[in-house]
Amino acid sequence: MQKLKNLLLLFAFSAGSFQVLEAQATFPVNDVANPKDGCYAFTNAIIFKTAKDTLKNATMVIRQGKVEAIGNNISIPKEAVVIDCNGKYIYPAFIDIYSDYGIASAAPAQAAGVGGGGFFRTQQITSNTKGAYGWNQSIKAETEACKIFSADDAKAKTLRDIGFGSVLTHQKDGIARGTGAFVTLANEPDNFVLIKDKASAHYSFSRGTSGQSYPSSMMGMIALLRQTYLDAQWYKSNPAAEGVNLSLKSWNDNQNLPQIFDANDKWNDLRADKIGDEFGVQYIIKGGGNEYQRIREMAETKASFILSLNYPAAMDVDDPNDLRFVGLDDLKHWELAPGNPAALEKAGINFCLTSADLTNPADFMANLRKAIEYGLTEQKALDALTKAPATLLGVYDKIGSLDAGKIANFIITSGPVFAEKTTLLQNWTQGIKNAVKDENWYDVKGSYNLVANTNTGVKAFTVDLKDAGVASFIGKDTLTGKYTYDGKLVKLSYTEGRGPGARETILSGAVAGNTWNGFGSDAQGNKFTWMATFDKKAEPKADSTRPKQPLVLGKVTYPFLSYGWEELPKQENILIKNGTVWTSEATGKLENTDVLVKNGKIAAIGKNLSDPTAKVIDATGKNVTPGIIDEHSHIASSSTNEGGQSVTSEVRIGDNLNPDDINIYRQLSGGVTTSHILHGSANTIGGQTQLIKLRWGMDDQELKFAGADPFIKFALGENVKRSSSTQGNPRFPDTRMGVEEVQMDAFQRASDYQKAMKAAEENNKKKGATPIVVRRDLELDALVEIMNKKRFITCHSYVQSEINETMKVAEKFGFTVNTFTHILEGYKVADKMKAHGSNASTFSDWWIYKMEVVDAIPYNAYIMNKVGLNVAINSDDAEMARRLNQEAAKSVKYGGMSEEDALKMVTINPAKMLHVDSKVGSIKVGKDADLVVWSDNPLSIYAKAEKTIVDGTIYFDRDKDAEMRKQNQAEKARIVQKLTTLKRTAAGGAGGGGNFQRARPRYEIVNTCSDHNHNTGLLTIDADDLDENN
Amino acid sequence: MKKIFIYIGCVFATASVSAQETMSPAPAQKETIALTNATIHIGNGQVIENGTVIFSNGKITEVGAGIATGSAKLIDCKGKQIYPGLILPSSQLGLVEVPTVRATDDATEIGEMNPSIRSLVAYNTDSKVINTLRPNGILLANIVPAGGIISGSSSVVQLDAWNWEDAAYKADLGIHFRMPSLLTRRGGRGGFGNFGGQQQNVDPVKRGLEQIEAVKAFFREAKAYLAEPKHESTNLKFEAVRGLFEKKQKLFIHCNIVKEMLLAVDFAKEFGFDVVLVGAVDSWQIADILKQNNIAVILSQLHNLPTMIDDDIDQPFKTPYLLQKAGVLFALNDDDENSRSRNLPFNAGTASAYGLTKEQALSAITLNTANILGIADKTGSIEKGKDANIVVSEGDILDMKSNIVTQAFIQGRSIDLNNKQKQLAEKYEKKYGIK
Repeated sequence: MQKLKNLLLLFAFSAGSFQVLEAQATFPVNDVANPKDGCYAFTNAIIFKTAKDTLKNATMVIRQGKVEAIGNNISIPKEAVVIDCNGKYIYPAFIDIYSDYGIASAAPAQAAGVGGGGFFRTQQITSNTKGAYGWNQSIKAETEACKIFSADDAKAKTLRDIGFGSVLTHQKDGIARGTGAFVTLANEPDNFVLIKDKASAHYSFSRGTSGQSYPSSMMGMIALLRQTYLDAQWYKSNPAAEGVNLSLKSWNDNQNLPQIFDANDKWNDLRADKIGDEFGVQYIIKGGGNEYQRIREMAETKASFILSLNYPAAMDVDDPNDLRFVGLDDLKHWELAPGNPAALEKAGINFCLTSADLTNPADFMANLRKAIEYGLTEQKALDALTKAPATLLGVYDKIGSLDAGKIANFIITSGPVFAEKTTLLQNWTQGIKNAVKDENWYDVKGSYNLVANTNTGVKAFTVDLKDAGVASFIGKDTLTGKYTYDGKLVKLSYTEGRGPGARETILSGAVAGNTWNGFGSDAQGNKFTWMATFDKKAEPKADSTRPKQPLVLGKVTYPFLSYGWEELPKQENILIKNGTVWTSEATGKLENTDVLVKNGKIAAIGKNLSDPTAKVIDATGKNVTPGIIDEHSHIASSSTNEGGQSVTSEVRIGDNLNPDDINIYRQLSGGVTTSHILHGSANTIGGQTQLIKLRWGMDDQELKFAGADPFIKFALGENVKRSSSTQGNPRFPDTRMGVEEVQMDAFQRASDYQKAMKAAEENNKKKGATPIVVRRDLELDALVEIMNKKRFITCHSYVQSEINETMKVAEKFGFTVNTFTHILEGYKVADKMKAHGSNASTFSDWWIYKMEVVDAIPYNAYIMNKVGLNVAINSDDAEMARRLNQEAAKSVKYGGMSEEDALKMVTINPAKMLHVDSKVGSIKVGKDADLVVWSDNPLSIYAKAEKTIVDGTIYFDRDKDAEMRKQNQAEKARIVQKLTTLKRTAAGGAGGGGNFQRARPRYEIVNTCSDHNHNTGLLTIDADDLDENN
Repeated sequence: MKKIFIYIGCVFATASVSAQETMSPAPAQKETIALTNATIHIGNGQVIENGTVIFSNGKITEVGAGIATGSAKLIDCKGKQIYPGLILPSSQLGLVEVPTVRATDDATEIGEMNPSIRSLVAYNTDSKVINTLRPNGILLANIVPAGGIISGSSSVVQLDAWNWEDAAYKADLGIHFRMPSLLTRRGGRGGFGNFGGQQQNVDPVKRGLEQIEAVKAFFREAKAYLAEPKHESTNLKFEAVRGLFEKKQKLFIHCNIVKEMLLAVDFAKEFGFDVVLVGAVDSWQIADILKQNNIAVILSQLHNLPTMIDDDIDQPFKTPYLLQKAGVLFALNDDDENSRSRNLPFNAGTASAYGLTKEQALSAITLNTANILGIADKTGSIEKGKDANIVVSEGDILDMKSNIVTQAFIQGRSIDLNNKQKQLAEKYEKKYGIK
């Protein structure tokens, strides 16, 4: 037995070869069979069985890669190798739940990167994946990590060195990414490290290597996931119409696994959770590090989270010209990001930590300590790295704590695991030791008696080994020297004399118990032997480091941007006194009139009103109008165009609202209170729209205009036939003739679908009938809603032929095109539109920006109005939206419309065409208190909105705005000072310290219709120009 | 059958005459005209109430209140406002018709250093856009080429002409230098892709600085070349910038951020050029430096979003006021595609809402512009001796609801304020019987 032990020890220290505990039964042996037991006893240790359960002076016995016994009174088996862990700490090794360890990254499929839904690229219409898989290349449910996994010890070592012992690994490619495998990081054959072959199923909002054009947008990805859930359900009935679809089969097979969604951003977290809610799935959400900015919403998901510790790098702020373009939100996020785990803990949200996303994995511990400094408890940190991930993956019976029977994955540290001075000494995986910093196992600091047998006789020193490799040789004089120790071998040196006359003596040796023996060479080249014996430990030095400054942190604002609120404004009772009130009602313009607002509604309009509960706004000499309504807007959404196909009625703008758009605030400053957020014009049948109120600071769901009729965007002409595509257009249609066919085909399919649905429903009611399962098609559902007058169209349109054509198709299928938007040639067919029953929403004076608008005229609104159409002026533009009142005023100039009628084009008229005129659009008792107080006649170029009120809440106030500007500047200055101080005193380290990057301008991504180039500023990027959106 | 066809043909021919899309330029002024009883906005800040302006042979002969009108033809402008013709300071009018149709774009030439390119020769007097600017008061425009780094020379044209030679108001008045951007690009995932045509992995700031240095090297070589009395072979590019060194031309530097503008100042210092900044969104940050160095500014459209999300939400609107306060000579523009240039007066109106007086705002689209373009001896204000470039409006020309231009004169010629758009409106008003 003793022999075996020696052998084992020998093997244990030989790196680079497998240390198989048990020969694999089926594998032939190439040399000599080498059965081993691997029994060790770790004694006198402080053992954390779990984050909550600590044993002092305890013993742990492991055998065959598993924990055999653990506790305070454990009898040590005779065959155990005993490792004295006096002063050491033992913890369960960490589990990384979000890894792609051992998985080769997916090769880009053929022609990837060429696709896209943008305007300028050639599209890839179908999947390039070969085999009996699904139609969409980004749904890779069939991927199985366990089949493409292969252990990679170099990568494993990187993870082991920061404390990890096992990971959940998967291929990070596609929207559905198939299954993950749970493996240990042992340097063992794949067959042994694979603990669970199918441990999880993975999803994301990234189409990865798929070059297929659909989905090209956030809402497209959401729609695809939604439809795939439905399709997979339907596929269970083995529909002949589908044949074999291995992607759907795998999708169904994967459903009983833990479902992990890489959402990677606070709003995406909520989007993912919402998809899950629709299909009874609770995802585990991989966050983006900014969850603390919306912590209430995060808690409401009831999801468990996976958090990375990848904090934004500090920025250089030494050049005011560069600083000019640095965003306050980026600075604030830099400051607050390390508090993300603490925020989740405080909110009672379950989470795991991952080393994923770190540029340098070695930063993991430093970043984790930073999270702890920001308030994460050590107990929670340990739990998030051990029990929490094991529990989520259903492997806690095997791993995640140190209990008898579990896998012997543990780490040994020199002190409490998260303390700054603690060293990770060893990381044992499946009962096999991996040295991390073995050299620190013994603390060599202290006093030694050193005797050197030189040619001039015996020299004796007392040698003090101190911190940082400094040694003092105390003999007749005290000589300074240096030392290094690598766990086995020691090197020492000391210097005699100074300056150019300094002479160095060097010594090296090996450790043998308490004694060191070695060999030396003096300044003259004389060789000698030496011996040193340990005398006493160094006196622990008082901690000389300065006490840490208490953290001074900025506040989270809503939204997390300049002009965000620290506290959201509240609904108030408001009395607007003595203004000129433009009612947009038959009552017209009322001079010296009061408007009383109570509980978010207009309570009274009249003279000399009073209400003791109301805040009084003196509007003497000022004008009061209804809040402006923009029928055509693209603000506040994460994506606008799903151009991957010609018919995308399944996508929904409401799935991807972005409350962090500064343009919400800017437009409030122009009196806008309601905006209709439309899909773009990239395709004939675009996506479902979303009506919102500009409740600046509220979340994505709270922005929605409750109870409004659902709408959908259609488009015609140059954009949908992709006239601007520079590389040709393979997508049908390429002409206005084809556009009609797309419409006809879509509604014909929808009609047939509706019939099939009804027939199936009736059949399935009958007793004993074989049930008919019709595939639920979300694309056609939306079209059926249109035909049943439950969803309404706003149709991007320019030239008279296409306007006329679209009305005829609608009439054929028995519905009305609710609104034609843009409609720049509406004046040519106004009579037909009136007969059809359409509304018109147009620009005031834009024209000739492309071929189909060469006949656009600024008299369009006036003529259509005169013919009797309900006409609105819209923006389709983040900039122009804040001057919509002035755009409406242009009809006074071009056509001589009355000022009151002109104002109606941005208030009650759009309210009517959006079917919300019972709630907004005019100043009438009982309607929502969406009001604007203007400095001047609202139709004048000189008018400024002074206060903008939504639902009785003042969301914009010019005085408050002035205050916020000062606050923004002060906050920015504070963080810049902090960065400057940090840079001056930086000692290095991640996420701060010495890790500085060049100042990064804060670009603003603007979603547009991509219809016309309106220059909106130096730091704006059109979303269509971004690779990731194409 | 044949007859019927002929008959139909005649009907169409007649219709096309009444809906002619091109207006004929007005003949030269023959009789002396006096506009009387008007509020006259001189353009230099002064306002004359109940005033008269008299012009003869295309020139203003008298302006004032209570002046004798002699034998002049009287036009009673009671209750109306009179303004100098508005000037568009930097535009691609007549060079680009429909921006998405490549064949109609003559603004962007191939190559980086094209000082000898001249916009004037491509200016299309029959552009349909021109006639839509005049009814809003815009009578002159500086036509600017767009390509490369040095784009070429611009010329001021008057907007009522048979051809470009007729249109030329001041030819080749300045050279346009489009300074490469020194703004750090957005980093991270995806980079910029095809954004701005920037190559990836090239630091655009470093590249920009190199390009700017190349432009300096060009001017140094040009200076040396021009100092040589005779040349064996003529260099057209160097010859094209002679006017800059002789101060007969100005250097228009298109740039936006402070770093770029500071380097622009250096061009003025090293070469002694008259420098005008075009765009200059951040000029308000270094207004005092611009003032000290006599650098003029042409601001791009005011109706724009703030540069930064953190900026004051009304920053673009109040920039003119900040320049005015610092004493910088500046003009306003609306260059966001030709079709929108007609909103030039409303940009000035916005500047007035955010700090300028109305007369200061007017100067920023008339006299200031004329000074910057070097045509103030001929136009920009209603003063004796200048060209009779005059606009008569029902009301405040800076406010869209009262900008109703009833008459306009270019060099004393009463121009036709009709255009394609009015004709289309009339056509359909007739169809619907709504007028």
